[in-house]
Amino acid sequence: MSQKNWGHLMPSKKAFNLKKASLSLKLGAIIGILFLHIPLFLIILYAFTTEDKSYQFPPPGYTLKWFSIVLGREDIWSAVYLSIHVALVSTFAAIILGTLAAAALYKADFFGKQSITLLIILPIALPGIITGISLRSAYGVVGIPFSTWTIIISHATFCMVVVYNNVVARLRRTSPNIIQASMDLGANNFQTFFYIILPNLGTAILAGGMLAFALSFDEVIVTTFTAGQQTTLPIWMLSELIRPRQRPITNVVAVFIICITFIPILYASYVTRNTTDIEGSSK
Amino acid sequence: MTTALKLSNINKRYGDVSALLDINLEVNDGEFFSLLGPSGSGKTTCLKVIAGFEIPDTGEINLFGEDVSSIPPFNRDVNTVFQDYALFPHMNVKDNIAYSLKIKKIPKIEQEHLIEEILLTVKLHGYEQRKPSELSGGQRQRVALARSLINKPKVLLLDEPLGALDLKLREQMQIELKNLQRQFQITFIYVTHDQQEAMSMSDRIAIFNEGKIEQIDTPNNIYNKPKTAFVADFIGTTSIILKSNALKYFHYESSFSLRPEFIFINSDQNHDFNIEAQISDVQYQGSFYKILFKTNELELTSFFYPKTNQILDLTLGTKCKLSWDKKNITNLNE
Repeated sequence: MSQKNWGHLMPSKKAFNLKKASLSLKLGAIIGILFLHIPLFLIILYAFTTEDKSYQFPPPGYTLKWFSIVLGREDIWSAVYLSIHVALVSTFAAIILGTLAAAALYKADFFGKQSITLLIILPIALPGIITGISLRSAYGVVGIPFSTWTIIISHATFCMVVVYNNVVARLRRTSPNIIQASMDLGANNFQTFFYIILPNLGTAILAGGMLAFALSFDEVIVTTFTAGQQTTLPIWMLSELIRPRQRPITNVVAVFIICITFIPILYASYVTRNTTDIEGSSK
Repeated sequence: MTTALKLSNINKRYGDVSALLDINLEVNDGEFFSLLGPSGSGKTTCLKVIAGFEIPDTGEINLFGEDVSSIPPFNRDVNTVFQDYALFPHMNVKDNIAYSLKIKKIPKIEQEHLIEEILLTVKLHGYEQRKPSELSGGQRQRVALARSLINKPKVLLLDEPLGALDLKLREQMQIELKNLQRQFQITFIYVTHDQQEAMSMSDRIAIFNEGKIEQIDTPNNIYNKPKTAFVADFIGTTSIILKSNALKYFHYESSFSLRPEFIFINSDQNHDFNIEAQISDVQYQGSFYKILFKTNELELTSFFYPKTNQILDLTLGTKCKLSWDKKNITNLNE
């Protein structure tokens, strides 16, 4: 790559040996990675501890009993189910609305376009507490009782933004002529959508959808304001930590979530592995 | 001769701006027809009207005797080669080329045969599996051509197809395009702002200016018999003498244009027009010099080809006698 271009920035002969990082850089990188991953490791470790009141290091003993307790706890599974349900439905809504909004705002040019773009992005730019309070009072004004659907609607407001952003970015990098080219070659609107537009936007929609799912799945603040009596998984964990009994149960649930979230992350990196240049127009 | 394309009274406005103003033209079957003009002159809009991507406000588009004005682009028997090629980035070369065959549901065996044939024609054999991002500019150009030609369209529209290529490649592709056109005997409608390109390739040229067609003619007539001052000025190098100056200096009743190669410098023969002027600029062009002469009100450009028997003092300010004949000037409509 451009190693030589960086040469003049380096103070010594090391400039010619950039493939080999300096010791301090290596150390810094290692410390950074440890800082990020030790807490994760600890969470997994304490899922197996025999001590249930405090996080004592090293754990006095190891056991699998917390896993069997978790399996029998009805409240955990209903929280997991609710979280997945909310995340799936709000992600689905976000994909449809975000993609449509991106397509509309990318193609059209009209007075007030900038303002509408800003309004779409606003829910994710605002602090969650503002979104939460305003949605809560809005539900109150309109008279919608709190339910799973109020959580879903609330999550969809900010999930839509990440899909919108991903799709708009992809559209900007795609030559608008490819749609005309497709029609020129005999494809009608329907065929053009399925053969050309969708494959080009597919990975962007997928990445946006993954992000939306993750955002919804661990959302606490907006959910607190709009959930009523419902308990999603993050809210369950929060309340469990405040009342310390059988602490390792929380850790077991955390391990479970880590395993679950790994699947979409690995899948997303698998499907997007070759797409670094896919958006490039032919120029 | 069959008329391939006929545009009648095409008008197109964008808000207050007239993009196309009463366009009338006829293109013959098998002709290489260029739309030439500066950027913003309406030539690309005209192409999009023919392709069906733009709907004109008024007028009729006629393809081989059939009114196609209301037929959508995917049902028109024309194909376009886009300026940025518009290859499908998620498909490899073969899938790009096969796209229209797939849409038309042509049997697989026949598809393979057609693809094989067109790949040989555009010299892209062995590149079937490459993605557009893995090709050079010239290769992308060939894919775009192959993708359009595989349809055997009656009319092929080309929107500045060589604009993104470097000079050497452009000259090479000009020859190849011309050969392809002869081989397929398809009508080419070619948009360009490069007059050299239009002159060297076209059978006829339409000169666009501010949404209007100034002149439709053969390259030879466009150069030697320009009808308007715009055409005379836009094509090649020319000196334009307005009517007032023509009257004052030459007692001539009309504005006229004059090509540099027809001006004699310090000639000792008799010519119809004579004037004395000073050298105000000299540009060396390799095989000749381009010299700008000035008098009080006139500016004249001439070429000087150094020959062994003629010596010319090229110092700025040198006075020279310029002369030319009446048969070599072109009268211009005001």
